[in-house]
Amino acid sequence: MKKLKVDPKGVLTGAHYLDGDFAIAEGALAAGCRFFAGYPITPSTETAERFAERIPFVGGIFIQMEDEIASVTALIGASWAGKKAMTVTSGPGFSLMMENIGLAAMMETPIVIANVQRGGPSTGLPTLVGQQDMMQVRWGSHGDYKIIALSPDSPQECFDLTIQAFNLSETYRVPTFIMTDECVGHMHEKVVIPPADKIEVVERKWYEGPKEKYLPYKPDKDMIPFMVKAGDGYRFHTTGLTHDERGYPVINAECQDWVVRHLNDKITKNAEKIIKYEEEQTDNAEVVVVSYGITSRVAYRAVQLARKAGIKVGTLRLITVWPFPEKRIKELAKKVKAFVVPEINYGQMVLEVERAAAGKAPAILVPHCGGWVHNPEDILKAIKEAAK
Amino acid sequence: MTEIRFSGFGGQGIIRCGLITGKAISLFDNKYATMTQSFGPEARGSACSSQVVVSEDRVLYPYITKPEILISMSQEAYDKYEPDLREDGILIIDTDLVKLKAPRGKIRVYSVPATRFAEELGNRVFANLVMLGFFTAISKAATPEAMKKALPGLVPKRFLDLNIKAFDQGYEHGQEALKKEKDQPKG
Repeated sequence: MKKLKVDPKGVLTGAHYLDGDFAIAEGALAAGCRFFAGYPITPSTETAERFAERIPFVGGIFIQMEDEIASVTALIGASWAGKKAMTVTSGPGFSLMMENIGLAAMMETPIVIANVQRGGPSTGLPTLVGQQDMMQVRWGSHGDYKIIALSPDSPQECFDLTIQAFNLSETYRVPTFIMTDECVGHMHEKVVIPPADKIEVVERKWYEGPKEKYLPYKPDKDMIPFMVKAGDGYRFHTTGLTHDERGYPVINAECQDWVVRHLNDKITKNAEKIIKYEEEQTDNAEVVVVSYGITSRVAYRAVQLARKAGIKVGTLRLITVWPFPEKRIKELAKKVKAFVVPEINYGQMVLEVERAAAGKAPAILVPHCGGWVHNPEDILKAIKEAAK
Repeated sequence: MTEIRFSGFGGQGIIRCGLITGKAISLFDNKYATMTQSFGPEARGSACSSQVVVSEDRVLYPYITKPEILISMSQEAYDKYEPDLREDGILIIDTDLVKLKAPRGKIRVYSVPATRFAEELGNRVFANLVMLGFFTAISKAATPEAMKKALPGLVPKRFLDLNIKAFDQGYEHGQEALKKEKDQPKG
């Protein structure tokens, strides 16, 4: 994969005091994102505001669209025109985006979407935290496809993981998501932005062969097809319909099999390269707390208390939520008494832990239906229960 | 770990107080500071607050639970948030805007006519900076140098000098209050 030189114009090198939403905008600009189309919705609006304020000085486009459906469509167009493109949303806005997330997946278009999660369903809790879209991001659009999703636990990680999200999206030609939440989005902390030459940014795989031979969906050796920029003189076709290597519709079971397997396998077969997590003291752990985003920080407080009480407890913090690190959970399941999974929903990623553990160890859910973060005492109680 | 709550009504610069303090501590005092703020209807006109959790290590739980420092710049905010203040905490109020209830526990109370001082400086919008100076002197949660370094970018450029002046006035008033307290015979 070719490394790209970062345009220093987009990089606000230095130490800042930013909230997560602002840090996402800075991460996008540092990653070279020069197109943003969106529709404002609490608690994600600050990202759009920051991008709109900064983009005239960096050079690029910000459009406020008529809705979230159109926002994703605009990203797909911008991406095929050669731009790194992103949007940000929350709650009902994410639901509206689903249709075109499927289109982006089918057209193998790199786009980045940040979801600053709030409590749902429906308009739910516009100003308060939730982690209730973790399954929606994986399964929300119809059909069979895979995506990549990352979950930052701080404004600093909002910056770092937004750059990562662009790199993954460009590498695998897949919609990639930053699944943060209202708490991280609105929380101010120190964010250190490195110098431009210290930021690693991945360049899209551009086709350089003869114009008449370009095939937008012919997998390369690494499974990922080449892209060209619309307007550069290549004649090609792309569609949401089941298509062949040329991008032309082929409506039969054989081609459908080829497309669906490809959309899924390009992620599954590269999962070990994509997946990132942070593990602590799992070696001799009786209990492992699996968590992500803001909940992992709250869980660490419970873990500290549990360790003081003499319980051998380890932690596994998901940085990549999708694809899910099922291999690691499977290994741990053979050694631990139980997993404890706190999340600000009524049980979503716990289902994945349970699936990966495959009956070797139970996964104990500590639910919080949204509106606030867990009381660490509740997580501690579950850890104590699990250690019995 | 120290938990601080700034409170008042929407428009007084309460959120700005949290931002300046958090930025000062985490960027210039080399500690960790996480700032959160109240969103929603309560942030628009009625009692609003911003919270800062300060720690030598990384802040895990992002919200305050039992603050040891409460700054109140309105009666409503004082009434709403005073019950959460720790029994050995510090309460800082605007003398002219908050009428105190009967003292509770070992809470130490300090007051400054922040809004009046700001009006004397030309505009009541500087009241939050007077309050920040006073709070810095009393609580020592941040150094005054860090607080002043944090101002550029968080107050309008053309009013930077006036904001610093307001901060200094509050800070001096705080130091005097501490001195008076020290000189008083303990009873």
